Amino acid sequence: MNLGNIDKFLTRTRGRGRLDTVDILTYLYLFAGAILMFGPVLWVMMSSFKTQAALIEFPPKFLPYVQQTVKVEGHDDPLPIFRVALDDGTERTLAQVRRVGIEAQMVDPTNPTEIIKVPIDQREAIRKVALAWNNYLEPLERFNFLTYLKNSVIVTTVATLITLAINSMAAFALSKYEFRGRDAIFVLIIATLLIPISVVMVPVFLVIAQIGWVNNLWGVIIPGAATPTGVFLLRQYMLTIPDELIDAARIDGASEWRIYWQIILPLAAPAIAVLAIFSVMWRWNDFLWPLIVLSRTEVFTLQVGLNSFQGDLQIQWHFVLAMTVLTLLPITIVFAFLQRFITTGIASTGMKG
Amino acid sequence: MKPGKTTPEQPAGNSPIKVQKLPVRILGRILTLIASILDYLFDPLQRVIGVKRMAYIFLLPNLLIFGIFVLLPMGMNFYYSMTGGTELYLQDRQFVGLENFETIFDCENYLDPNSCNEDLFWRAMYNTAFFVLFQVGGIILFAMITALVLNQRIKGRAFFRSVFFYPVLLSPVVVALTWKWMLQREGILNAIITYFGGEKLPFLLNPSWATFWVIFVSIWAQMGFHTLILLAGLQSIPTELYEAGAIDGTNRWQAFRHITLPLWMPNLFVVLVLALIRAVQVFDQVFVLTAGGPGTATLYMVQYIYNVGFANQPPQRGLAAAASLIMGGILLVLTLIQLRIGRETEAT
Repeated sequence: MNLGNIDKFLTRTRGRGRLDTVDILTYLYLFAGAILMFGPVLWVMMSSFKTQAALIEFPPKFLPYVQQTVKVEGHDDPLPIFRVALDDGTERTLAQVRRVGIEAQMVDPTNPTEIIKVPIDQREAIRKVALAWNNYLEPLERFNFLTYLKNSVIVTTVATLITLAINSMAAFALSKYEFRGRDAIFVLIIATLLIPISVVMVPVFLVIAQIGWVNNLWGVIIPGAATPTGVFLLRQYMLTIPDELIDAARIDGASEWRIYWQIILPLAAPAIAVLAIFSVMWRWNDFLWPLIVLSRTEVFTLQVGLNSFQGDLQIQWHFVLAMTVLTLLPITIVFAFLQRFITTGIASTGMKG
Repeated sequence: MKPGKTTPEQPAGNSPIKVQKLPVRILGRILTLIASILDYLFDPLQRVIGVKRMAYIFLLPNLLIFGIFVLLPMGMNFYYSMTGGTELYLQDRQFVGLENFETIFDCENYLDPNSCNEDLFWRAMYNTAFFVLFQVGGIILFAMITALVLNQRIKGRAFFRSVFFYPVLLSPVVVALTWKWMLQREGILNAIITYFGGEKLPFLLNPSWATFWVIFVSIWAQMGFHTLILLAGLQSIPTELYEAGAIDGTNRWQAFRHITLPLWMPNLFVVLVLALIRAVQVFDQVFVLTAGGPGTATLYMVQYIYNVGFANQPPQRGLAAAASLIMGGILLVLTLIQLRIGRETEAT
C-alpha cells in the first residue's frame, strides 16, 4: 500500500465525500479496538523474546534488549560492558568485573590488569536488540513440553476424526431414513446441549474411572466426541442433499455404507469442514475436562501443562511466555488463513467458538 | 456451496477438497481402507436386517457415547448427590438422602454467606450472579456497538471483523496468562500508569480490582463471537427499509430506534441467552488468572464444584454433585426461557 492509498484509506467516508463526526468516531473505535484486541498478544510475543533480566525491568522496554558482553583475558565468563562517564569528563567503554555496593570495579577490555573503580550511577549498560531464543529452546529440554505438545496433537486429531465419523453417521441416519423413534432420538440429542460437562463432571469422572481411563488420553477424547452441535449442523446440511441421488445409488446396487461413504460424505464436505475446524479449536483449547482426567505430567495436554507451569509461587515468566506463544501460534496461523471461512461459518451456524 | 454443483465433476469416492500434502494423502488412504473393510462387514449385515434398520447401525456409535457419557451420568448425578463419604464408586458410597442439599441450604440468612454452613457455595453463587450481570451486560453493550460500527460502509471491514474475533480463538489458558502478564505488579499496565504519574496498582491482589479484571478479560475474550452473530443479524435487515426511511426524512437515531432495533431484537435475544449460559459456567480463564482469589473474591460456581469434588482433600463428591444439580437447574431455566421466547419471536 503506498502513501496515497493510505491517505485515501484513512479519509474514506461512507459515500458522502467528507469525513463527518460519525466517520471519525467509527475509525477511532476500530483502531482503538485493534490495539486492545491485538496489543496484549503482541506484548506477550515481544516479551517472550526477552531475557530473564530484561523481563523484571521496570518500566519495561518494548523491544527485547540484551546486555552486551565482551571476553576479557583473565576472566572465564564474558563480562558485561558499560559506557562510563569518568570524573575527568571523558567517556570510556569498560567491562565490569564485579559490583561492590554502589561501586563497580571495571576494566578496560584492552588493558585487563588495571582495575578502575566507578560509582554505579556513572555507568550505563551497552545493550543491543537480540532475541532470547533460549526461552524457547530450554523448556523443550527441561520440561515435558514436547510430550504435552504430542498429547495435544493426539487428542485433537483423534477426537476430531472420531467426532466427524460418528456425528456424520448419526446425521446421515437422522436425515435420510424413516424409522421408528427418529424424532425422539433427534430431540434427545439436541436436549443434551443442556448438559454441559460442568454439570455432570462428578459422575462422568466416575464412569471414566470405572473404565480405567483416568490419566489416559482416551478419557479426554471419548466423552466429548458425540457433540450435539455437530450432529445438528451436519443433519441440517444433509437434508439439502436430494434423496434421488440415494435412490439411484440403491437401484445401482450400492450398499447403505457405500452410499454414506461415497455419496453423502463428499457432498457434505463443506459442513464437515466447518465442524472439523470447530472440533480442532474445541479440543486444542479444552481445559476443564483434561484438568480433571489427567493428573500425571506425562499425559498432560498443552493447556494443562501450561497451567501447571504458572502454578508455582515464583512463576518463571521467561519460559511461560515462550510456551504461551507456542500454544497460541497454531490457532493464530490457522485463523490467518481461514479467517473468512471461520467467521462466516460461525455467523451462519451460531456455533460457539 | 450447493451440494448438486459438485457432483458432475467429482467421481464418487474422491473428496471434493483437493489434497496434495503427503501426510493428508496417507491419512486419506488409511481412511479409505477402513471404510472398505467396514463395507465388507456391513454388507452382509444389511442383507440380514434390511435397509431401513441400517439407520440404527449408523446411529449406534454416537448414541452409545451419548448414553454412557452424557445420559447415564446425568441420571447418576441425582443418586450421587444423595450419597456421602469420600469414596468414588457408587457401591461404596453411603446413601444419605437429602443431607447434601440440607448442608447447602443450611443458612440463617440466604443473603449473607457468613451465616451459612456451606458459606463457600453461597459466595460462589453470589459472585457468579455478579459476574453474569456485568459480563453479559458488557458483552451485549460492546458487541452491539462493534456490530453497528462494523456494519457501516467502511473499507477493511473483513480485517476489522477478524481483529475483534481473534481473541475468541485463543485458549482460556493463553488468554489468562496473557492478561496475568499484562496485569502483574511490574507489568505494562502499571508501567503506563506510573508513566502518567500514578501509583502502581495491585490489580490481581485487590478483591475489587480482581473482580473487575476477571470480568473485563472475559468480555475481551468472548465479545467477538457475539459481535459476529449480531453483525449477521444486522446484515439481514433489508436496506430498502432504510431507503424508505430516508425518503421520509428520518435521522440516524430514528432509523436505529424504529428500524434497526425492532428487527435486531430476535438476534439480540439469541446472543443474550448464549452469553448467559456461558457466563454461568465461567471457569477456566478465572481459574488460571486468579484461581478464585484473592480470598474468595472470584470464586465461581464451576470452580466451587471442581474444588469440592476434585481439588480438595478429601473430596466431597456428593456435595459437588448436589451443587452441580443446582447449577444444572439454573441452566435449564435459562434455556426454557430461551425456547419460550424464541418460539414467540418466531411466531410473530
